[in-house]
Amino acid sequence: MKVIEAENLTKKFGQFVAVDNISFQVEKGEIFGFLGANGAGKTTAMRMLCGLSKPTSGQGKVAGFDIEQQPEKVKANIGYMSQKFALYEDLRVWENLRLYGGIYGIPSREINEKIHAALAQLGIENEKDTMVKSLPLGWKQKLAFSTAIFHDPKIVFLDEPTGGVDPLARRQFWELIYEAADRGITVFVTTHYMDEAEYCNRVSVMVDGKIEALDSPKNLKKQFDAKNMDQIFHQLARKATRGNN
Amino acid sequence: MRQFITFTRKEFYHILRDRWTMLMLLAFPLIMIILFGFGITTEIKNSKIAVYDPSKDLATQNIIKKLETSEYFILSEYLNSPDQIELIFKEGKIGLMVVFSERFYENLIHTGDAQILLIADGTDPNTASTLTNYASRIIMMYLQELTDIEHLPFQINTEVKLLYNPTLEGAYNIVPGVMGMVLMLICALMTSVSIAREKELGTMEVILVSPMPPLLIVLSKVVPYFTISLINFTNVLILAVFLLGVPVNGSLFTLYLVSIIFIFVALALGLLISSVTNRQLVALLMSAMGLMMPVVMLSGLMFPIENMPLILQGIAQIIPAKWYIEAIRDVMIKGLGPADVIKEIGILSLMAVVLIGASLKKFKIRLE
Repeated sequence: MKVIEAENLTKKFGQFVAVDNISFQVEKGEIFGFLGANGAGKTTAMRMLCGLSKPTSGQGKVAGFDIEQQPEKVKANIGYMSQKFALYEDLRVWENLRLYGGIYGIPSREINEKIHAALAQLGIENEKDTMVKSLPLGWKQKLAFSTAIFHDPKIVFLDEPTGGVDPLARRQFWELIYEAADRGITVFVTTHYMDEAEYCNRVSVMVDGKIEALDSPKNLKKQFDAKNMDQIFHQLARKATRGNN
Repeated sequence: MRQFITFTRKEFYHILRDRWTMLMLLAFPLIMIILFGFGITTEIKNSKIAVYDPSKDLATQNIIKKLETSEYFILSEYLNSPDQIELIFKEGKIGLMVVFSERFYENLIHTGDAQILLIADGTDPNTASTLTNYASRIIMMYLQELTDIEHLPFQINTEVKLLYNPTLEGAYNIVPGVMGMVLMLICALMTSVSIAREKELGTMEVILVSPMPPLLIVLSKVVPYFTISLINFTNVLILAVFLLGVPVNGSLFTLYLVSIIFIFVALALGLLISSVTNRQLVALLMSAMGLMMPVVMLSGLMFPIENMPLILQGIAQIIPAKWYIEAIRDVMIKGLGPADVIKEIGILSLMAVVLIGASLKKFKIRLE
């Protein structure tokens, strides 16, 4: 079953074509890596899929709903984690979870059970009443992920979720991603860490608004005759005429 | 509805948990009203006066002596010609100038009509009015004594002239003015900063990806500030009445009605500001400079609008606080009813509708 379908999706800002005619599909339960240099158009593409930005042309379906016609239905079925982690620093850990539960309309009693489960999964039950601002960065990141999937969305969009976190915390974070995928949540993740790309089921590489490569890391390495994702990325990124790296 | 309650509760947490926000929100209005309030009622002692006395007769000498021996005034100097008056004020050394007419005592005895001109520095209207009031009272006391002795109906016309600010507005002006300032500050500044903060932290993006309707986001943002504004308005009102003795002559209902409309205007302005910037600092500066400055300078709080250059008078007409302060003054001090401030209510309502419409539209466009 396909949970994300993009067909000739395009976004123009005036003359500038941020996203140029991209088409791809993501299967349910897949971990889909969305790679690209800064300015390649990853974020714009993701914003369109999340219903934050209207496509200039082309179609997209997320969780079976049209992103242009039914953005509200799309929003109810997705989770989103921004690269800033976006937690309320002056709320307690459980209050952050309760807030997102409330926003997604989960009944109170269920929220309490879910908070319990989520904290147990993260192994931070003792920090339930801690203000988020006094949590270490790695914990904030995990908590942000928990809030993003708190309402059991069909798909979770992660926008460079591991920025600024040490390698160990990144590994632990990917374990959370795998657990979510095992529960049937489709994971759509942008990153510029090429070692993380190897963890994905499939990856796409965006260059100058276009998708230049899309397959499993294994097949891509074969196709580009490369030892690792890093080499593939550099081969493709060299073609870029815009962006800052 | 559940979404709304959850989100509003979160807004209250933000406010209640930040000591500085709380201090700013609740203590600031009280400090303002107390500071401004005691600016009105402070007794003025040992203020320097200058005298121009071309008569130099019994009556003028007695009046000068009376002024001098009162605790309020110290005689600083005698002037030799009226030309020096302007100069001595510019030097800023004296607070009050007493000018007697020529042949003062003679006129007083024969025509029963002598004249004293009291000149004060109107750049500080509160002090100026206090000084002239004290001086007038002392002169009246002298006149009373004279009448008692001579059994003649004397009359001294004291004429008061305020330099630089000839149409001194009542000191009661300050209370409605502070109300306008406080409400504008809390609603517009706090709303715009709190939305800009969410944009800066990235939480706004997460909220926008959620199924929460934009209208609900806006509403839950403004409800706490609306509530706090009403509490503040009540606090300021209580302080004004019981501490400063400013009367509430009109109906409380009208006062609250006008205030609520004005709060809507201020909240909408805050939303508008937050829709043009993503940064807290910019929101803060825009609210402070773009909203507070006009309230202080152009609303009639500090300087009477009638004395402004025409172009500034024009600008003053589009400042919501101007209409608010006028309406509050009319209702609170003059005791006029809702029918008499219908014009102000109408203009404020129109501003509210236009601004709320514009800010909601802007907020939606941002989501596209």
